[in-house]
Amino acid sequence: MKKGIFRSGALTLALGAFIGAPIVTTSAFAEETFKVAVVSFLTGPAAGPFGEPGRHGAELLIDAINDGTMPAPYDSVGFGGVQIEGIFVDESGGNAKQVAEYRNLIEKQNVDAVIGYISSGSCMAIAPVAEELQTLTIMSVCGTPRLFEGNDWQYTFRTQAHAVADSVAAALYIRDQLGDVKSYTGINQNYAWGQDSWKFFDIAMQKLTPGSSGSDSPQFPKIFAGQYGTEISTLLLEDADLVHSSFWDGDIEAFVLQASVRGFFDKKRFISVAGASAVDNLGKRFPEGTVVGTRGEYGILVREQEGELNEWFIDTYRERYGVYPLESSYQYAQTVLALKAAMDKAAAESGGTPNEDQIIAAMKGLEFQSLAGNVSLALGNGHQAVHPIGYGITAWDEESNSPKLVDIRIYPTHCILPPVNQMSEAWLEAAMPGADC
Amino acid sequence: MQATTTLLIDGLVYASYLFIVSVGLTIVFGVMKILNIAHGGFYAWGAYAAAYSIGVAAHFGLPDWIGFIMIGLSSLCVGFIFGFLIERLILRRLYHHEEVIVLLATFGLFLVLEDLILLVFGVNPYFAYQPMVYLGSVEMGGISRDVYSLSLIILACVVAFVCWYILSLTKWGKILATVIYDREISLAIGINVTTIYVWTFIFGATLGALGGAYIAPTISVAPGISIDVIVLSFAVVVIGGMGSIPGALIGAAMVGMLRAFAVHQFPELELFVVFAVMAIVLMIRPEGLFAPVKARRI
Repeated sequence: MKKGIFRSGALTLALGAFIGAPIVTTSAFAEETFKVAVVSFLTGPAAGPFGEPGRHGAELLIDAINDGTMPAPYDSVGFGGVQIEGIFVDESGGNAKQVAEYRNLIEKQNVDAVIGYISSGSCMAIAPVAEELQTLTIMSVCGTPRLFEGNDWQYTFRTQAHAVADSVAAALYIRDQLGDVKSYTGINQNYAWGQDSWKFFDIAMQKLTPGSSGSDSPQFPKIFAGQYGTEISTLLLEDADLVHSSFWDGDIEAFVLQASVRGFFDKKRFISVAGASAVDNLGKRFPEGTVVGTRGEYGILVREQEGELNEWFIDTYRERYGVYPLESSYQYAQTVLALKAAMDKAAAESGGTPNEDQIIAAMKGLEFQSLAGNVSLALGNGHQAVHPIGYGITAWDEESNSPKLVDIRIYPTHCILPPVNQMSEAWLEAAMPGADC
Repeated sequence: MQATTTLLIDGLVYASYLFIVSVGLTIVFGVMKILNIAHGGFYAWGAYAAAYSIGVAAHFGLPDWIGFIMIGLSSLCVGFIFGFLIERLILRRLYHHEEVIVLLATFGLFLVLEDLILLVFGVNPYFAYQPMVYLGSVEMGGISRDVYSLSLIILACVVAFVCWYILSLTKWGKILATVIYDREISLAIGINVTTIYVWTFIFGATLGALGGAYIAPTISVAPGISIDVIVLSFAVVVIGGMGSIPGALIGAAMVGMLRAFAVHQFPELELFVVFAVMAIVLMIRPEGLFAPVKARRI
């Protein structure tokens, strides 16, 4: 296994010892770069709404931290005194290609760490390989709880809360804000994320709104299917008051376009767990009155939120890319912040540039300030993040001529995630003990 | 009754969509014996050209119905430009090679066309909903339907009629039949096969582009939209019999109806039924349901 900075550091030390010259390791490493691969969808249907904004979020923060232009507490130059070199890699092509690409990054391109990954399928495929190659890997977006439940990964981390949090927060929002839902159904993509989202939402609804009943034939179209005419007919024929969806990428946009012409949103309440990118992309075509979540304190949910880091991020992002940062921009930026926090912490503890083991030790159980809230790696033996999750209702802001969310409610972590060492599904089935919300 | 009506309409709409996107593929195979994977690229380029031009028209405040003209023009432009260039510059040089070489070449072209989309249009999605919104909705079978999707049924009928008319009632159709039957004899009796091939390929490419252009207003036009389409088109063409237009029609109808039934009754089987039908047909009749009769060479 080859490691860029770690190998270079060892080589510098060896050469220094050989020539008998005194070596200050910090300065020697400071001239090196820490190579980080940033993996997101750069092609395919998920590139526009998720992959590119995610890449931009990571790119912006890496550049700002390298230059030392970020606000406090991230205003020190570099990552533990080291500059990061970002390598941007496409997540498209399926799990087998991702595994091959990952091996190539570590074994041939000498990458020191890998961050990113949007699809749950990618995360599940990469984690075992990260362990095999013993490389620090931080997942940014994927949501399946199976990543850490039943697995004890040492080198893999995730800075995004998993699907249980999204589903429980959705059910809480429905109970608190909508109140009168008697029945519900769903349309979710037919893979790990969609199946998990529906399952956890259904259980959470049964526990939190016992008077409501879930459909026994929710829709599970193929991811990236594009045509939803038949599914929309079926949903319209059902008696359900509310439709749950964890659609993301171009699927949520296609669904909204096709459904809105058929008056779907006038007849059904719709809750979109991860479709916030479509609110920005579709503008006025996205129906008002829709419940939308962003899977954390990200994007349109916190666009008006005050705070130095958040305001800096929005302004700098808009200045550089000409658009507002979306949900995935925040998620990728959050991962970069976690890496920065861990490397700074490890550097402070080691008194110089940290090695991989020290960075991993610093990552475990890390608590850090994100752009619009705090994140703690409290689950999965210190590898899985927890953070608040919020929902709001879409509205059109005539003044700014842009969409916004109103009636925003943000749920704290203890309301939406199981305590340490409890499996999510068992916690949900037991009516979420400890979550008195 | 309400559910049955809805199921039938849903099935017809989806079958029409499948027929439109697969008929060009089967025509090119029928005449030229080319399994044209680049057909998916024509679909994607049609969608992008339509979405872009409809967006430009909307930007300049032109009425929404202009979108229909843009759809037609986009299909023709994409079909003529890409169809002509690809046939003249690449495929023509490969006719004397094995079919698998041509298949690989069209696969390569498919990837090139996909990358060209990224180069020209970038990764951000395009929306061209104006024609769909313009036609509005109508109440049918107790639920609201968008007229634009229903118009797919009319478009499929028009495409099927035009294909039937050209192939059955025109001199051009008779010449095509001769080329399909035997290319060498066609050459021997003075038919300009080279011209037939280029026009056939342009016609197939235009139909592929029309499929994409007409679907564009209903979807988020983004990179990768052609991948599922080419897989579905192959399934339809294989079921119906490669090279058979009635086969494509029946194949599309079977897949459309069965998929609609699955979505309504057994949603988890939605994807399974399409390929289950294909597998069953291949087991019973490997050449497809309506494969043209082949003359045995002695």
